[in-house]
Amino acid sequence: MAEKVTLIVFSGEMDKALAAFNLAIGASAMGMEVSMFFTFWGLNVIKKNQRPIKSRGIMRKMLNSMNRGGSKRLPLSRFHMLGLGKWMMGKLMGDAKFPTIDEQIAIAKEAGVKFIACTTSMGIMGITRDDFITGVDSFAGVATYLADAREGKVNLFI
Amino acid sequence: MKADASLDCIGLYCPMPIYNTSKKIKELKPGQVLEVLADDEGIKEDMPAWCKTTGNELLGIEEEKGQYKAYVRKGKKEE
Repeated sequence: MAEKVTLIVFSGEMDKALAAFNLAIGASAMGMEVSMFFTFWGLNVIKKNQRPIKSRGIMRKMLNSMNRGGSKRLPLSRFHMLGLGKWMMGKLMGDAKFPTIDEQIAIAKEAGVKFIACTTSMGIMGITRDDFITGVDSFAGVATYLADAREGKVNLFI
Repeated sequence: MKADASLDCIGLYCPMPIYNTSKKIKELKPGQVLEVLADDEGIKEDMPAWCKTTGNELLGIEEEKGQYKAYVRKGKKEE
């Protein structure tokens, strides 16, 4: 049986998401079975870029208009500089033929990486299944993660 | 060194050379040799690590003017 790798993607920043996908794609190439558990700000990574905000309640509406998420909206964790830093980083990565977040998501899915969205964060923040890109394999909680992680050889929190 | 297939990873950074290698090697039969061209020096450490983990054999890495040619013989174990 293939060795398991589990990644918790807690952060919603572009650089951290890239690190997570890099690991996921690399581990798949090593013949390992990879699952990515997206929770809290990390859910922004797998949200659709274009979608209406339909959450119930004024506070959730406010949260989701300020915290729209989507692969193209993720900031840099450092030197974001109102988007200038991110633009420059994107330019450098493009010149280096480095895949974008969207491309990395596609590669990860092609490689069989399993995406899990945390239902607790979804419930608290008012995020629905419709808010996510296709390719999310399951919607689950901590028991699902831990059941995977206890069989995991490499378990990381990003 | 003579190879049965070649893979161009020039200009690509980690993890793409390794990922592309893992896809390409599926097209080969056990015992056949894949040549991987790369210019990210990480390949010097990553290709041996990948081979060790996946049950393929690294025959050698040649370096010339900042470019690398790694030769991988496909192992019997299907990963």
